[in-house]
Amino acid sequence: MSLLQILCRRLMLSILVVFGVLVVTFITSRLIPGDPARLMAGEHASQETVRHMRHVLGLDEPLPRQFAGYLARLARGDLGVSIRTERPVIEDLRRFFPATIELSIVALLFAVAAGLPLGVAAAVYRDGWIDQVVRTVSVAGISMPAFWLALLLLDFFYNWLGILPGTGRLDEGVAAPPFITGMFTVDALLAGQGRTMYSAVTHIALPAFTLGFVNLGIIMRQIRSAMIEVLQEDYIRTARAGGLSAARIVFGHALRNALIPSVTMLGLLFGDLLYGAVLTETIFAWPGMGNYVIQSIGFLDFPSIMGFALVASLAYVLLNLAVDLSYMMLDPQIREIG
Amino acid sequence: MSVTQSGESVAPAPPNPPGSGAARWGVDWRHVWYRLASSPLTVAGFVIVALVIAAMTLAPAIAPYDPNRLSLAVRLAAPSWHHVFGTDEVGRDLFSRVIWGSRASVVAGLVTVAISMSIGTCIGAVSGFLSGWVDTVIMRIMDVLLAFPSFILAMALAAALGPSLMNAILPIAIVRTPFYVRLARGQALTLRDRAYVRAAETFGSSSWHIVWRHILPNSMAPIIVQATLDIGLAILTVSALSFIGLGAQQPTAEWGAMVANGRAYFLDQWWYPMFPGLAILVTAIGFNLVGDGLREILDPRLRGR
Repeated sequence: MSLLQILCRRLMLSILVVFGVLVVTFITSRLIPGDPARLMAGEHASQETVRHMRHVLGLDEPLPRQFAGYLARLARGDLGVSIRTERPVIEDLRRFFPATIELSIVALLFAVAAGLPLGVAAAVYRDGWIDQVVRTVSVAGISMPAFWLALLLLDFFYNWLGILPGTGRLDEGVAAPPFITGMFTVDALLAGQGRTMYSAVTHIALPAFTLGFVNLGIIMRQIRSAMIEVLQEDYIRTARAGGLSAARIVFGHALRNALIPSVTMLGLLFGDLLYGAVLTETIFAWPGMGNYVIQSIGFLDFPSIMGFALVASLAYVLLNLAVDLSYMMLDPQIREIG
Repeated sequence: MSVTQSGESVAPAPPNPPGSGAARWGVDWRHVWYRLASSPLTVAGFVIVALVIAAMTLAPAIAPYDPNRLSLAVRLAAPSWHHVFGTDEVGRDLFSRVIWGSRASVVAGLVTVAISMSIGTCIGAVSGFLSGWVDTVIMRIMDVLLAFPSFILAMALAAALGPSLMNAILPIAIVRTPFYVRLARGQALTLRDRAYVRAAETFGSSSWHIVWRHILPNSMAPIIVQATLDIGLAILTVSALSFIGLGAQQPTAEWGAMVANGRAYFLDQWWYPMFPGLAILVTAIGFNLVGDGLREILDPRLRGR
């Protein structure tokens, strides 16, 4: 199979998956108990009003046509109106999106910065003390309820030690930096506002650590097992026999090859980051999409919940497509086929 | 699939004699037990799992109080000899609630895995054995399900079904099913060409009979590993859904819901969310350690490393 064929197959699969995502979210939104028409018309509305509402919402039409209408609305960027905030859901999501992205990126940076060297060390000194520590920490990370870790950290660093702020993105009285990316740490840096930057960094520290810790375990585990596999390859033995230094073997040869399979993991990690963000943001009152959707759940605000699920799933599918494509570019075995 | 004691002595040499005692499911279990017992972390995992299951089954005998008994005189009491984990905002004993909570949280985790494992394994085995268009259609549906961020899908489904513990279990089982379908299908694809499967075909066994008697029993090893690792994940996910209000409802003692209730008090009454959360963490660690131990031994890709 040529590279082009592989690419086409992957793209076709993505189109199928996106269609599947749309079907599943559509079916899920039909599962919602109760009559949306009655819900929107109000409890005391007359039969006539409810019937009218059903017609306006298109609920009296056959399902395939309702699905077509659903797709048409999505194509216009219409995700419905939130029952809780009474704003279009797409607007709400756009507003809360940057905070979640900022939190996820910082968490991922932390997890990679800590997980990569630790995973490598665990593989190189396999069964040594550092390996035991790494394995224990990864099991703890994978088994950790993020919402609980968040509470503990908040209690310890904010309540007991008082060295880190509690909730939100900035201290009271600190104005948000001028909007460039929507990520306060980056925007404050770009605008040269030191105090705002400090405030933003201290606020993101705990939520990012919480979110990062849960993913740290997965990264360390992946790097460790990929490195162990690569270190047993013949070319590594050859390099050793040839008298290359241990550092050059590990960093120059083994790590490069161990990283390639780990790239695909990044796309999958995004799913875990979303999961973690939903749980972490609510504890730290971090004004992101996760916090938004939890509040929506409290109100049974279905347009927001479904809108979030759809946007998150589509982002996940597209990100994984991008990761897979870059993986094809990175992996010489696949690249050379074309 | 009966265990025959005599099977050990008459069992022929591998590869994978179906239904023999020591090497059932294509695995030499005596070797597995020996290896498991030699890893301290795995033994620790087994001890944790055993304690959790003991707490779950013996809850009425262990718990000193009725988990739902209100006692306003001792509301939000700190841990003491009378209440080792303290009490909650209506004076219920938190130790008793954590013990009883295992019945909701752990059972929910086990049921979730049981559903996704049994359904997924059957679909996967049939899909791999039959192959052709059935296999293609099934696998594309699984691709779609796998393409979702699973927690978000489970959350949306649970929200749509309405908040209850049962409605949290079902979506998690659905989103985990494709993992078993893939595993079982892969196993079925390799087993399909084994001599004993071919022999059964020659003797005129039906496809169902072959899948049930030969493919399924011999593909269980990686599926058991996956299931053990999944129990920890399922317990975490159920408690996360309960924490955000989509799982167990009051007054059910469930760990995630207890952390959610304790959240309002954590600045002054740290013990309230602390112990139920610790229960989730320790239980998940237990199942993950056991799963990791099993994987190291049973996963052919990790063997001999």
